[in-house]
Amino acid sequence: MEMLSGGEMVARALEDEGVEFIFGYPGGTVLHIYDALFQSGKVPHILVRHEQAATHAADGYARATGKTGVVLVTSGPGATNAITGIATAYMDSIPMVVLSGQVQSHLIGDDAFQETDMVGISRPIVKHSFLVKKTEDIPSTIKKAFYLASSGRPGPVVVDIPKDITNPTDKYEYIYPEKVKLRSYTPANRGHAGQIKKAVQLLLNAKRPVIYSGGGVVQGGGSELLTALARELNYPVTNTLMGLGGYPGTDRQFLGMLGMHGTYEANNAMHHSDVILAIGARFDDRVTNTPNKFCPTAKIIHIDIDPTTIAKTIDVDIPIVGPVESVLSDMLKQVKDRCAKTPALPDREALQSWWQQIDEWRENHGIYHSPRYDLDSGFIKPQQAIETLYRVTEGNAFVTSDVGQHQMFAAQYYRFNQPRRWINSGGLGTMGFGLPAAMGVKLAFPDADVACVTGEGSIQMCIQELSTCTQYKVPVKIINLNNGYLGMVKQWQDMQYSGRYAQSVYEDSLPDFIKLAEAYGHVGIKVEKLDDLEDAMKEAFSLKDRLVFMDIYVDRHEHVYPMHIAPNGSMRDMWLSKTERS
Amino acid sequence: MRHIISVLMENEPGALSRVVGLFSQRGYNIESLNVAPTEDSSLSRLTLTTVGDERTIEQITKQLNKLIDVVKLVDLTEGAHIERELMLVKVRATGAQRAEIKRCTDIFRGQIIDVGTSVYTLQITGTADKLDAFLEAVGDAAVLEVVRSGVSGVARGEKVLSL
Repeated sequence: MEMLSGGEMVARALEDEGVEFIFGYPGGTVLHIYDALFQSGKVPHILVRHEQAATHAADGYARATGKTGVVLVTSGPGATNAITGIATAYMDSIPMVVLSGQVQSHLIGDDAFQETDMVGISRPIVKHSFLVKKTEDIPSTIKKAFYLASSGRPGPVVVDIPKDITNPTDKYEYIYPEKVKLRSYTPANRGHAGQIKKAVQLLLNAKRPVIYSGGGVVQGGGSELLTALARELNYPVTNTLMGLGGYPGTDRQFLGMLGMHGTYEANNAMHHSDVILAIGARFDDRVTNTPNKFCPTAKIIHIDIDPTTIAKTIDVDIPIVGPVESVLSDMLKQVKDRCAKTPALPDREALQSWWQQIDEWRENHGIYHSPRYDLDSGFIKPQQAIETLYRVTEGNAFVTSDVGQHQMFAAQYYRFNQPRRWINSGGLGTMGFGLPAAMGVKLAFPDADVACVTGEGSIQMCIQELSTCTQYKVPVKIINLNNGYLGMVKQWQDMQYSGRYAQSVYEDSLPDFIKLAEAYGHVGIKVEKLDDLEDAMKEAFSLKDRLVFMDIYVDRHEHVYPMHIAPNGSMRDMWLSKTERS
Repeated sequence: MRHIISVLMENEPGALSRVVGLFSQRGYNIESLNVAPTEDSSLSRLTLTTVGDERTIEQITKQLNKLIDVVKLVDLTEGAHIERELMLVKVRATGAQRAEIKRCTDIFRGQIIDVGTSVYTLQITGTADKLDAFLEAVGDAAVLEVVRSGVSGVARGEKVLSL
């Protein structure tokens, strides 16, 4: 029988859970835990410079690896600083366990020093949370937290631990459970056979089908099956912002991203389709545009692990609740059987004319068919910066991003052929996500190229992490598309507020990012001319063991297109340029 | 339409706040709410009434089910059910009013559970409609204080909500 203190139990449980990294920041209420981690020395800890970054780094790690990210913060401000990152993970269904210190049990509720009601404050943005009351409960609670975070629809789980139960002198028996069961939690492990059969029937009889897949396919390990199914049927595929890489981005059947900044062909294919197969996607408002104008002729099959996403905003015809991997595997088998028995399925003639229509859309307005931005502007276009990044990294980099125009350009122009390579805050839209997320990815994949595509606005929200990168030698590449504006805000102000740039201009306040990078011991490269871009990018990526901050001066007035016309537009209503509408 | 949703949930601290928080967070209405432990001390039973269209009610039941602390739930209004609410009313009762209020209480099969020189405290049970009707019958002028328990309900016949 092994006797451990509460602090030692935390350290040991993380070790037994196979945790590779803890991202955190110490403080009063977690000192016993930190001491236990220090003494055991088994699980590496990354000391960030702000707790928000700890959550984003754990999040980036989780998105890239599929494993659960782990965060350790102190009570009060440590806990509240973690909130943005927890909300980010919650919106994108990322498995994460956040251990937060809490004031001593007898002080809870007394407004003690650095006390905050972490369970309360995080309640709307967690999958579940625990306040541990007794030392003996620590191992089973941590086990439950990991189980909940990573199973079903994944999400962040908070474990709040009062300082007194981690006291080094109070030792209790330590048993880490192999498995846990919760009577109130039984996520579906198969789709309903009857529903799958109906779905296959509808799918095979489609004349204008589209497969619309989201983050659930990436996270649920469904990419290969999705690709196999789409190829078996020769159906077009579009991905959500979160779903990019779930289907090979350079494949002929891929239409690009859909939604607000989706491609012309993807949005039109959705609008005119007769059958939509939605997989691990949630009909987000950034996808659907006006809900009652959404895809008027389509019958919808919706596969999702979470029943609440089904029929939340858009009614569906055939709902299937289950893990995408198992449902897709069942569907693929049935599709193959049915096609073998009935060679007339699917309707090849209808499909051919559907593809003809899609190819016409591509030729007319597709961003992959030919450049849709001005090639002779004399400026570096942000699109060109991403295209160069794509070429230089041969499409194999992990790309994290912040939020804004650069994020959309990266989503449009970096064509991800593999899942888990595109790492961005889709649901919450968290500026400051990119750099810490890139740290998490790079730590997990030290030999891979990891690029953080950002802007001069977003990067300043977690720029302090340049210091963390110095301490742990994390040589990510920062691709800063610098236009001196909060670009996406400015774009909306151009389009809807007659160009009144309320608080979206930096004027002369921007730091010299090159000197800033150098101050932290990194390399800075400034790029002002298009002709220098590719060589500079190559140089940056050739410096394998250095963090390089590329400050790229891009066209200050470029907009992201296509862009849904809102409010009251449908999927197919788009701005295609500053002057051209669909 | 009005729905009565009955929820079995873990009798844990914080479980109630998750349910109530869900309603405010997602903009659902709660018209009434009551909660107490059951014969199984590890479980609480929570009954709430809410109003919404079919899609909203479907989302409410799904979202409730998604809460880790929620073990099982039923929308009682989907089938035959019995609902009761308990109300305590303090009314001014002087002179001729005393007899009138007593008569009215009898008609509604209520009881006078406390008597003062100028005040009665009444207990009425029944559906929410019946309680509303009683208050109307007694009249605003007489009513000093109203305490309602919120609706409790159970399915008719063999159907039970249990583990």
